[in-house]
Amino acid sequence: MSATDWTPRPGGAPWLSQVRAQASMEARLMLRNGEQLLLAVVIPVIVLVGAVKGADRVDLDLTGRAIDVFTPGVLALAVMSTAFTSLAIATGFERRYGVIKRLGSSPLPRSGLLAGKVGALVAVEALQVVVISVAALAMGWEPAGGPGAVAGVLLAVVLGTAAFAALGLFLAGSLRAEATLAAANLVYLLLMAGGAVVLPASAYGSFGEVVRWLPSGALGGAMRDALVDGVVAPVALLTLLGWAVVGTVLTARTFKWE
Amino acid sequence: MVSDAAPAVAVDGLVMRYGEKVAVDELSLTVERGTITAVLGPNGAGKTTTLETCEGYRRPQRGTVRVLGLDPVADRADLLPRIGVMLQGSGAWSGVRAMEMLRHVARLHAHPMDVDLLAERLGLGECGRTPYRRLSGGQQQRLGLAMALVGRPEIVFVDEPTAGMDPQSRRTTWELLGELRDAGVTVVLTTHYMDEAERLADRIHIIDHGRLIASGSPVQLTRGGTVATIRLVVSRPFPAGAPDSLRAALGEAIEVTLLDEVSLLVTGPADASTLAKVSGWCEAQGVLPESLTLGQRTLEDVFLELTGRELQP
Repeated sequence: MSATDWTPRPGGAPWLSQVRAQASMEARLMLRNGEQLLLAVVIPVIVLVGAVKGADRVDLDLTGRAIDVFTPGVLALAVMSTAFTSLAIATGFERRYGVIKRLGSSPLPRSGLLAGKVGALVAVEALQVVVISVAALAMGWEPAGGPGAVAGVLLAVVLGTAAFAALGLFLAGSLRAEATLAAANLVYLLLMAGGAVVLPASAYGSFGEVVRWLPSGALGGAMRDALVDGVVAPVALLTLLGWAVVGTVLTARTFKWE
Repeated sequence: MVSDAAPAVAVDGLVMRYGEKVAVDELSLTVERGTITAVLGPNGAGKTTTLETCEGYRRPQRGTVRVLGLDPVADRADLLPRIGVMLQGSGAWSGVRAMEMLRHVARLHAHPMDVDLLAERLGLGECGRTPYRRLSGGQQQRLGLAMALVGRPEIVFVDEPTAGMDPQSRRTTWELLGELRDAGVTVVLTTHYMDEAERLADRIHIIDHGRLIASGSPVQLTRGGTVATIRLVVSRPFPAGAPDSLRAALGEAIEVTLLDEVSLLVTGPADASTLAKVSGWCEAQGVLPESLTLGQRTLEDVFLELTGRELQP
């Protein structure tokens, strides 16, 4: 065998290339995992179909067609599943398997690792939005249009991702990997059922006044305001911003990379 | 440039504690560039802690650590691209394929090695598409080494590199680390295998309980070819004062170390006359030799003499 050239030639790749590599790696791993894929696209689509069919039978007192009310909520559910549940579980196991430690001695800085995670979330969320929107359009979804709708959706997704990702990292940083897995799934199920994400807060009666302040209720509300009425929802967006700040402070105080 | 004149690694007065336990105790050592330097010691001696301080994972509680003249914590961003690190165990996503992981680490570097050639060299060809969790322990070790080397580092830190490897892989790894040194790469390895240190290292630092107890080349530590050992084991415990009377019988150039109540070690020029004197002494003392073995002094003997304990449990 020919001699291998081991001559040192050290150096880190440019920051942006490192981030791109990290983001595509994390996104691929997220989508390769069967449970994660189920959580990311299969469950939201099933929830959408089930909710629309179910609304025909039960009188939910909705302020519009079922498909138009539920699609924004299911998009919010998808953001929550990726930014919170998937991110928390993935990060929990990265800590456990020493991946973060290993990357800690590579040229990838902490900022690059974090940016890579954001990139992976955005890529998976984009895929989710496409799949869910196509399914919804096939079922007769007629979203609101105009600058209010576009700005409202973008702000809701960005702030919702920030809030849930910060809370997800807080969870992953303070619990063991198995406990993170259980807690992240449990919180997801509880918020899906009772967090005013798919169903509007008004459907919860007087309890609605409480759940609209949860990150799930705020994200669902902001998405519905944007896609049903075509407007930006300032209170819901500020609520998400508040959760993002709280989550970031908690994570910054407690998170250990190893 | 300051950093180019600096030694590869300079540890000075390092102290590291975990709660009450002192892991590293006033440790000072230097690693010259372009050498293979082994940090040898039993499990729990403080080897990994020392290495992780050099890699910037831990901040020195007291003392200083410099790698290529840089502070591993404060100058982290400048240092990390220049070093390669092989951790003890894991360090990859459980679902990632072996080659996918190696390619990923390569992409983080500016001038990575050809990953296919590197994988072939390390015998990772057949398991390239295998998920990390299904790799054998030895394959995970070799992938870990590949990840440490792919960025063409100036220094590689390898923590117990051959633990869990089969003999064939061990030899390949030793060969490869030798090539790295010849190409100008500094190799710092920890090991508790003395044969690994003896065969591979240009310089050995022996540490125990977090302290440096001996340093030197393998030849210096085992004192070259002129010194050998005679290990005497007897059937009944030695009479009182046995070491002194044997020392008197053998003369000044020879050391006698009592290992336990039935065995002792004679260190010095091993020749027929020394051997004859030892058996003559046995006859005079009325002790019956059970075995009398002649051998080169090994690092194991050095460690035993310095600490009174075996290196490997």
